[in-house]
Amino acid sequence: MSKPQFLWFLAATMILNSATLLAASDSSKSKPQSSYELMSSENKAMQDDPSLNPAMFWVGDGEVLWNKPEKNNQSCASCHGDAKKSMRGIATAFPKMMKGKLQTLEGQINQCRVSAQGASALAYESKDLLSLTAYIAYQSKGMPIAIKETPENKSAMQKGRQSFYQRMGQLNLSCAQCHEDRAGLKLGGSPIPQGHPNAYPIYRLEWQTLGSLQRRLRNCMSGVRAQQYEYGSPEMAQLELFLAWRARGLPLESPGVRP
Amino acid sequence: MSKTSRTSITMPSSAKKGSIIEIRAIAQHDMESGFRYTESGKLIPRDIIRVFTCTYNDVEIFKADFYSGIGANPLIIFTTIATETGVLEFKWSGDNGYEAVNQANITVS
Repeated sequence: MSKPQFLWFLAATMILNSATLLAASDSSKSKPQSSYELMSSENKAMQDDPSLNPAMFWVGDGEVLWNKPEKNNQSCASCHGDAKKSMRGIATAFPKMMKGKLQTLEGQINQCRVSAQGASALAYESKDLLSLTAYIAYQSKGMPIAIKETPENKSAMQKGRQSFYQRMGQLNLSCAQCHEDRAGLKLGGSPIPQGHPNAYPIYRLEWQTLGSLQRRLRNCMSGVRAQQYEYGSPEMAQLELFLAWRARGLPLESPGVRP
Repeated sequence: MSKTSRTSITMPSSAKKGSIIEIRAIAQHDMESGFRYTESGKLIPRDIIRVFTCTYNDVEIFKADFYSGIGANPLIIFTTIATETGVLEFKWSGDNGYEAVNQANITVS
């Protein structure tokens, strides 16, 4: 190969390379992949078969709580009726702006408890809050995440996006460095997922129990040695909102099973 | 102090005589191993299911001892031969007076 020919070859390869790179990032953006796709067939079966999925116990507990009257004799069902109808699709629209405040699904459950039921707010990661969340999210199983950028949620979305691309902690890593740039590669033998919140609350085998998206996010934050956002904080809600928007269109698998 | 929890049984409701049927029995239980400590350094006492038994028309057909190494919400899958129409009864018992009972009917033709 003569010198000019070689240079042409080099230039062409570089253009091709950047083209494939662009295509790769394009496809990952236009078509999000659930981390379900990365699981073993045993774990997939565990999620898909209600007789194997341990999270169904929480769904059952959630149904009992849904119908249980609280202090002022109001149950969830007193206002919302049959959850199978009234809660269908609800989880696909959270986090959501409610009266000027960004609410996660857990936050909204607690809001209802305090204002409508005269009860106390449930603690994050408590069995009761996880059960109610799982029961409500379960009613939207199979429905695509339907978060849009709107004038109301625009500033929260922007802050969530900032958190996602912000380097943090002693390891100085952002969410995006793993879950966008290196998604599909491996970390310590485990595949790195794209990080979509489409199966929460999840029964995580590592946890041996059900857990919320915020618990999972706090895991990653401690993993990069960063200060964790508090449960129920505005920062968490904003990050949840951005993640849900990023995963828009992906069907909900709640309650999911993850390794 | 006695306590119980949710359990779930999955098995066919009818079967041909002499055929092998698969039974799945899962119980909601934390299976606290007794080897873990709280953040303040206090040992969390063991709280696990100890024994699982299955009887078929009052005859014991399956029994399993559980230990600390078994994970939360244990699932047991086993098979038996459908011999006669009747009731299968499942019983889990463990620490702190834990007991849970479930049953399922089968029609054998």
